[in-house]
Amino acid sequence: MSQLPSNSSTESSVTRIVLHIAGDSGDGIQFAGKQLTIASAHRGYAVITMPNFPAEIRAPKGSLYGVSGFQMHVGSTDIHTPGDTIDVLVAFNAAALKKALPDIPEGKIILADEDGFNPSNLKKAGFTSNPLTDGTLDNYQLITAPISKLTRQALIQTGIHSKLTQRSRNMFVLGMILWMFDLSLEETIAQLQQRFKDVPEIAQANIAALKAGWNYAETVELLQPLHLPIQENENTNAGQYTIAHGYEACVWGLLAAHKEAKRPLFFASYPITPSSDILQYIGNFLSEDVEVFQAEDEIAAIASAIGASFAGAIGTTSTSGPGFALKSEALGLAVMTELPLVVIDAQRAGPSTGMPTKTEQSDLLQALYGRNGEAPLIVLAASTPANCLEYAYWAVKLALEHITPVVLLIDAYLIMGAQRLEASALKKLPPIAPHIVSEDTTEYAPYLRNPNTLARYWAFPPMQGKMHRIGGLEKEDVSGHVSYDPENHHKMVQLRRQKVERVQQVIPPLQTEFADTGELLVLGWGSTYGSIKAAVQYLYEKGHAIGHAHLHFLHPFPKNTEQILRKFDKIVVCELNDGQLHRVLQSTFPGMKFWKYNKIQGIPFKEHELIEAFQKILTSEYSPVQHNSSS
Amino acid sequence: MNSNSGYKAFLSDQDVRWCPGCDDYIILRAFARALAAIGLPPERHVVVSGIGCASRLPYYVNTYGLHGIHGRAPAIATGVKLVHPDLYVWVITGDGDALAIGTNHFLHAIRRNLDINILLFNNEIYGLTKGQFSPTSRLDLKTRSSPQGNIQPPFHIGSLVLGADVSFFARVPGNDLNAMTKVFVEAARHKGTSVVEILQNCPVFNDGVFHPVTDKSTAVDHALWVEHGRPLIYGKDGKRGIVRDGCGLRPIRWESEQPPSEVMVHDEKVDNPSYAFALTQLSDPMVFGIIRRMRRPTYEERSQALKQKVAQSAIVHDFIRKAILQENT
Repeated sequence: MSQLPSNSSTESSVTRIVLHIAGDSGDGIQFAGKQLTIASAHRGYAVITMPNFPAEIRAPKGSLYGVSGFQMHVGSTDIHTPGDTIDVLVAFNAAALKKALPDIPEGKIILADEDGFNPSNLKKAGFTSNPLTDGTLDNYQLITAPISKLTRQALIQTGIHSKLTQRSRNMFVLGMILWMFDLSLEETIAQLQQRFKDVPEIAQANIAALKAGWNYAETVELLQPLHLPIQENENTNAGQYTIAHGYEACVWGLLAAHKEAKRPLFFASYPITPSSDILQYIGNFLSEDVEVFQAEDEIAAIASAIGASFAGAIGTTSTSGPGFALKSEALGLAVMTELPLVVIDAQRAGPSTGMPTKTEQSDLLQALYGRNGEAPLIVLAASTPANCLEYAYWAVKLALEHITPVVLLIDAYLIMGAQRLEASALKKLPPIAPHIVSEDTTEYAPYLRNPNTLARYWAFPPMQGKMHRIGGLEKEDVSGHVSYDPENHHKMVQLRRQKVERVQQVIPPLQTEFADTGELLVLGWGSTYGSIKAAVQYLYEKGHAIGHAHLHFLHPFPKNTEQILRKFDKIVVCELNDGQLHRVLQSTFPGMKFWKYNKIQGIPFKEHELIEAFQKILTSEYSPVQHNSSS
Repeated sequence: MNSNSGYKAFLSDQDVRWCPGCDDYIILRAFARALAAIGLPPERHVVVSGIGCASRLPYYVNTYGLHGIHGRAPAIATGVKLVHPDLYVWVITGDGDALAIGTNHFLHAIRRNLDINILLFNNEIYGLTKGQFSPTSRLDLKTRSSPQGNIQPPFHIGSLVLGADVSFFARVPGNDLNAMTKVFVEAARHKGTSVVEILQNCPVFNDGVFHPVTDKSTAVDHALWVEHGRPLIYGKDGKRGIVRDGCGLRPIRWESEQPPSEVMVHDEKVDNPSYAFALTQLSDPMVFGIIRRMRRPTYEERSQALKQKVAQSAIVHDFIRKAILQENT
C-alpha cells in the first residue's frame, strides 16, 4: 500500500483530511455534519460529504446496525471523493468505533465519547473489554473525553432544561471539531439561530454546547489544531456558492430550466428510497407555475407528468429502480406520443427490492431498452452531486427542444452526497428554446417534423386552432391519425430512432482528462467520476499515458466517442454493475476491445482498488479474462 | 338548451368505428351536444381516455384529446388539470379500464375531488378484447373467460365511488340521448370530481343485460328517476316509492290516492353518504339521475391555498433566490 496515495496525515504538509463522525441514529450526526460542511465551505475549503444511514428508522440504541455515519473529505486541493480511509474518527459510542475501525489506518486520530462505552454498549458492539483502555487502540492517536457528562455540566451552568442536554451532545462535539479544523463558530451560530428561530430554548442549548465544546478543546490541549491551507481562488462570498446535495442540485436544475424555458414546471413522484429526497425538497418551491404532486403510485406519477406535458408544462418525475420498472409502459406512451418528459432515476442496488439504501449503476440497460416495442429515448447521467444541476437542466433542455422523453440517471451515492456548487456554474448553462408550434400556423399537423432535428411541433390547450388527438396507437406520419399501415409503421419506428440519434448534433463532445492519447483510457459514467479521476490522476502523475473519459450522454453517445476511444491502446470500462455499459460499447463499436472492471457491492469504488486494477491492465497483454473486483 | 344545434362542430372528421347498434354512438352524440351546450370553444376541452371500446371516443371529438394507456386516464387527466385548472377535463373510461386495471387512479382522483368529469361506460363485459367477464359482470355470467359461469362478485360502481366520498354521482341509460346530454352538462358544471355511470349495452358480447331498466316498455316499473326535492316515486300508476328500512332503503307499493307519508324526498346534497349509498344498492328499481351532488373543496382549491402559504413561509437560501430563481431581493 505504501506506493498508493494516502489522503493525508497530521503532518504540517497535510492538504486534505477525511473526517468521519458516527453514533446512534438519534444522536444528530447528520445535522452536525451538515453544519460542519457549511462552516468548511465558508472558510474556503473544498468538501465532498457522504452520509451513511442505517436502514432502520429508529434502530435500538448502541446497536451495530443502528450506527449513523457522516463522512467529509475536506481540504485545499482538488477533492473528488468522500475519501477511502478515515483520518479523524469521532465515535459517539462503541458500535460506531467497531464499524469504522477497519477503515482507519494506524496512526490516525480517534476521538471517543467515553460515556458511550459503558458495559451495555460494549456488549452490543461485540467488544469483550473496553477498547479505549485495553490497548486495542495503542497504535492510534486516541483522545477520550466524557462528552455526555461535559455537555450536561455546560448546560446546567446556563440553566437549560436537562432533557436538552443529551441531544446537544452533537453540538459539543461539533465545537471540538471546529476548533480542531481552525474554523470559526460564527457561521454555525448564525445557522443555529436561523434553524431554531421558533424554539429559542433549543437554539440557546445548542449554541451553549457548541461553545463549551470549542472551549474544552482549546483548554485541555488534548488535540492539535489541523491547519489546512486555504485555496486562494475559493470564493467565500455567500451567495456566490452553496453546498449542494445531489437531490438539491436536481431540483435546482429543473427550476433553472423552467425559468429559462418559460414553461410551467410539473413534478410528480411517489416516495421511494433513495429518490424521495427530491420529492421532499421540491415542495419548497411551489408557486403559480410550479406544481408538485405526490401521486398514488409510480404509474400515476409518470402518467400525470405526461398529462402535464400534453397541457404545455415541463412534465417531470423521479423514482428509483423498482419504481422505474413500473413506469415502463407510460414511458413507452411518452415515446409514442412524442411528448417532452423528464424521468430522474436514482439507481439503487437491485434486482427487485435489492438493497434500497445502497448505490449501484444497474439500471442503464433498463433506461436504454426497458420498454415494449422499439422505444428509443435520450439517456443522460450526472457524475457528481453538484453537476446533477447541470444534467437535470440538460434533460429538460433536450426534452423541450426535441419533444421527447429523457431519462436522467443518478444514484444513491449522488443523491445523498454533497459538495460545493459555484453560482458561476449556472452562467455556463446553454439557452433553452422549446420547440413550440408558431402561433400563425393555420393547419396544425401534430406529427409534422422539424427537418433538421425531426422533432415534432408542440401544441397544447388552450391554443386556438391547434386541437389534435394523440395516443399510444401507431399514427400516420404528419397527420397523426391512427394508422395500421405496414409501411407507415416501419417509417415511424425509424423516424423516432433518427430523431433521438440526431441529438448527437447538439450535445457536447466527450472530453478526456490527463492523457488524451496513449496506453490506457479509463471510461466511466455516473457517480464513479470522482474515484476514477483520483486513480487516473495518481497513475498519470507517475508517468503513465493514462486518460479518463466520462460519459454523461449515454444515448445517443457524443459524436466523437469512437474517435476518442481509438486514441488509446487499451480501454477499460469501470462500472458499479456487471458490465452494462461494457455490453453496449461492444455492440456499438464492434471490433474494438474493451476491458472491464466492475464492483457490485452496493458501495462506490475505492481509489486504491482502481489504481491496482489499472496497473494490472497497463502491464498485461490483452486477454479474454476480464478483471473484476473480488473481495 | 341549444345543444341540438352546433354540436357537429364538436365531432372530428374521423370515421367512427364501433360495432353497429352500440350505445356508444348515442353516448358520443350526447357528449358532443353537451359540449355545445356548455358554450365554450373546443380548445377549452381536453378529453382523456384509457384503453377499451369507450376509450376510442377522444378520436371522434374535435377537442384536445389524449388516448392514454390502460387504466391511467384519471392520472393523466390530473396532470392536465393541475397545469390548467381553467380547462374542462373529461375522462372517458369503461368498467374494465376504471374498475380493474385502473381502480387505484379512479378512486384517488375522486378522493382528491379534482374538478374533472369521468364518464364511465359500464357494459359489464370486456368488449375490445372480445368478451371476457369484467369487474361489473354479474355472478354466473357465462363469458369467453368464464365458460362455466362467473364466480367473481361484481362491484356496485355507485357504492364504490361513494366510499371515496365522490361529490357528484349520476347514473344514466346509454340509450337516452336527452337524459345523458343533460346529466353531462350538470357534471361539467359541478365543482369537483363528477362520476357518471352510463349503462351501455354491448350488442355483441352482453346484449340486453340492462333491458329491464333501459327499455321503455319495462323501465317504467323498474327504473326510478331521482330529482332533488322530489319524492322517490315511480311506476306506471305512480303508486310505487322508496321508504327507509333500517339503515337502508326499500321499495313499497300502495293503493291509496296519496302516497304514504314515509315515502322519502330526494336530497342530493346530504353530507353523510349513507343515503346515496343506499340508493346505489337498489337494483329493482334501479336509480337514475343525479344521486349525489354536494360541494367540498377541490384539489385545485387546496393547492392554491397551499401555494399562498408556501410563498409566505418557505425558507429559501439567498443563493437559490439569486442564482436559480433569478429574484432580485
